[in-house]
Amino acid sequence: MSDMLSISREEILDGRWERILNFFRSRSLWMLYYCTGCGAIELPPSMTSRFDLERFGIGPMATPRQSDILLITGYISLKTLKRVVRTYEQMPEPKWVVGFGSCPINGGIYWDSYATVNHLEKYIPVDVSIAGCMPRPQAVIDGLQKLMRLIQRGEAVGYKKYQLNNQWYKTNQREVLERTEPVLAPASSARAEKRARRAEAAGALVGEPAGGAS
Amino acid sequence: MSVLKSILAGFAAMAVGLFFMGVGRQISARLQRRVGPPLWQPYVDVIKCFARKSTSHHFIMDLGSMMGLAGLVAAATLLPVAGWLPFPSGGPLIVILYLMPIGYLGMAMGVSASGNPLAAIGIGRALTLMVGYEVPFAILLLSIVAAFNTSLLSVMAQVQSGGLGTWNAVRMPLGFIAALIAMQAMLAEKPFDAMIAPAEIASGPMVELGGKFLGMAFLQHAVSIYVVTGLVVNMFLGGAASVPVFFLKQLVLFSLTMGVNGIFARFRIEQATAFLWLSAGSLALVQLVLNLILY
Repeated sequence: MSDMLSISREEILDGRWERILNFFRSRSLWMLYYCTGCGAIELPPSMTSRFDLERFGIGPMATPRQSDILLITGYISLKTLKRVVRTYEQMPEPKWVVGFGSCPINGGIYWDSYATVNHLEKYIPVDVSIAGCMPRPQAVIDGLQKLMRLIQRGEAVGYKKYQLNNQWYKTNQREVLERTEPVLAPASSARAEKRARRAEAAGALVGEPAGGAS
Repeated sequence: MSVLKSILAGFAAMAVGLFFMGVGRQISARLQRRVGPPLWQPYVDVIKCFARKSTSHHFIMDLGSMMGLAGLVAAATLLPVAGWLPFPSGGPLIVILYLMPIGYLGMAMGVSASGNPLAAIGIGRALTLMVGYEVPFAILLLSIVAAFNTSLLSVMAQVQSGGLGTWNAVRMPLGFIAALIAMQAMLAEKPFDAMIAPAEIASGPMVELGGKFLGMAFLQHAVSIYVVTGLVVNMFLGGAASVPVFFLKQLVLFSLTMGVNGIFARFRIEQATAFLWLSAGSLALVQLVLNLILY
């Protein structure tokens, strides 16, 4: 965390005009859920007759371009992280991430697995985490309402953090993604060269202080 | 003056269509025993869409979105609302029918520029469905135009202004049923929503639309609701004496559509086209023959 930019609260929070728009943003949240783990099973009851998320204007959407919230419903494995990052970067701003259950917070019951990522917020900025294994629909609604309040106050600024500290996030992502490359594949000269170049670039990024860090 | 009126009619079409969408979402929610979103939810959705950053893939994508909305707004300005005509024309049926497909054509142009294969599948299905509903609707128009000797909507509404007995819905019941089936397909509600199909082709034409483009697609759907229901009200439900009554009739028609939408499953695209031709098409043909004998 030492390499992240420190920036004042006034600088990163939304301005007055943005806060008027935030009123509308917070009342119409469209979700895209990345159903990696068991969390997906808690979403149908939250959305259908009994708990009815559409009361708050929250509804499911089909593609990253259309949606505002990315729900990470469960553990992130080394290979799914790449897809999560790609999905997150395809979403237009403003966008928010909700970590769902214990796994994105600290690894949950998979904390000692060789194949999972334990702290999601090291790789993409998480605005709200809903603890529980799994959180019940009441907890999901509570978490999403907290997100609505944060958005309306202009304090849900994860996407701005991702822009400002892009190098820091990219370095973390690269460390993980390199571990997913096949070990036993015959290393053609082109691939080895590419890997060497990438390692060099990563080293350079880690070595130099992030731009404008205080 | 007529320019100002046309602009006003365009905005009114959007506002009224969005209100109908809110009512439609309430109806689906109640059918599923949910509370449902508030009535103003579509307005909030559209404002939010326009308040987001959006990704344009090509200049043609911007152009296509604008063209789709513009075509439908142009159709809305030609639609007589309870005797009030935004554009001095008399409500030419043929021109409206010519302008309506521009919505889908513009969308086809825009989403093909995005290069997403799912969008291409979706818009292909939309155009196939158009072949499905345009044929029965054209037969229907032919029968009505032949019966009244006019293709002006305002004249048609005037002829039916003598109470319930003079309505075409009563005088031509088979044609009215055919029109309702065609309307269901025109608004792309279930069972004719194979072009959207979120779980199957990721919402089809809308797959690459984010931010402003999605807002435009919303507005386009709102205006198409206004135009299609307005067309059927003028053709079959005798127009209206005042503007609120006209909107009420439109709302009743749209509620019917949303009710059917709530209880049916989805047709495959070839099933949908075959159903439209066989059921709506044959009903419209029978009505045409009856009209030739009776009127």
